[in-house]
Amino acid sequence: MSSFWTLLSRDLARLLFGGRSGALLPILFFLAVAMLYPFAVGPDTTVLARTGGGVIWVAALLAAILPLDRLIEPDIELGFFDQWALRGISEEWIIAVRVLTHWLSFAPALMLAALPAAALLGLESSTGRAVELGLLAGTPGLAALGVTVAALTVGLRGGAALSGLLVIPLAVPLLIFGAGSLSTGGDAGIALTGACSLALLAVAPFAGGAAVRAGRE
Amino acid sequence: MQESRIAATDLACRRGERVLFAGLSFALAPGEALHVAGANGIGKSSLLRILAGLLRPYAGSVELAGSIGLIDERTALDPALPLGRALAFWQHLDGPADSEVARLGLSDLLDVPVRYLSTGQRKRAAFARLLGQGAPVWLLDEPLNGLDTSAVQLVEALAAEHCKAGGVCVIASHQPFAMGGMERLDLKDYAS
Repeated sequence: MSSFWTLLSRDLARLLFGGRSGALLPILFFLAVAMLYPFAVGPDTTVLARTGGGVIWVAALLAAILPLDRLIEPDIELGFFDQWALRGISEEWIIAVRVLTHWLSFAPALMLAALPAAALLGLESSTGRAVELGLLAGTPGLAALGVTVAALTVGLRGGAALSGLLVIPLAVPLLIFGAGSLSTGGDAGIALTGACSLALLAVAPFAGGAAVRAGRE
Repeated sequence: MQESRIAATDLACRRGERVLFAGLSFALAPGEALHVAGANGIGKSSLLRILAGLLRPYAGSVELAGSIGLIDERTALDPALPLGRALAFWQHLDGPADSEVARLGLSDLLDVPVRYLSTGQRKRAAFARLLGQGAPVWLLDEPLNGLDTSAVQLVEALAAEHCKAGGVCVIASHQPFAMGGMERLDLKDYAS
């Protein structure tokens, strides 16, 4: 357990401030999509209000995909996973911590950015609230999915592009229930989004850990 | 130091369709060292990874007492971080063992990001990580690559001290490694 904070703080520093752009790029990307969407469909407020929530969801999914290539592969190439294994720190534990840090690195900022995005799209406050709740329920699942797929595609040629392609179809249930809750207006959709997230969170450490181990052969 | 021992029984290693070596056995008691020699591609690194438990042997088994410290071509230090903080990460995980930074000639480099370090400096940094780990079983894969003559002597002295203190050392290198009382294992004799 003592390893938890050490791993968490390293992962957070790496994901928030590492790389070329850190955690800022996905958020700017997300806001840019929300800003451009009214230009693409025209200024009709009823159309914007009806479809805006779904656009926020799609933009959130794409923003979560952007940092995938930095999640697992650098640590394998630098030998971190091998050194952790020698110290008895299991791959499952590392992946579980990584899911948490990936979520922390994009979801809170994304949910904050969803507020101006909702205003830009002219969403009603009830829809805005449903979007925020849905994102809260759905982004942990997106994080788990992203880390799992990143672990599975390590070492493949064009792994970054491939992992993006793999995440999108697997995220369909989250999108259907998350964005669906906006049109039906009930909390059932949000609850189902949360259920999908929980299932993905439960699977991610074991699938990701097995993928990292298999990659050593 | 913890009890240290490593023994391999009838090991075989297969990479792809090729069996690299087979029927390899040895045992090291505390204080003993083994030099694994052989040409490039003969399976030295694979043998060390099998001993470390990172690769499954094709046949045979490894018996081990004590934790393992491994040095290979990857330093496991964050390239973007200053060396001091990169080493501090492992220090947090490994505990307070002394990593002898000054003796390795790294004192002046602690503020320098790891990506600006030379090959030899990175190798010495990896040794600082290894010493800080305090593991009784050392597996060193080409530990002399990129080191200058004084650093080579330092690494040889570190390995000798480690064995004297009751540790075990397995060194895979195509270069000569000067150390008294070291056994030699030529992988050529086990190649199939």
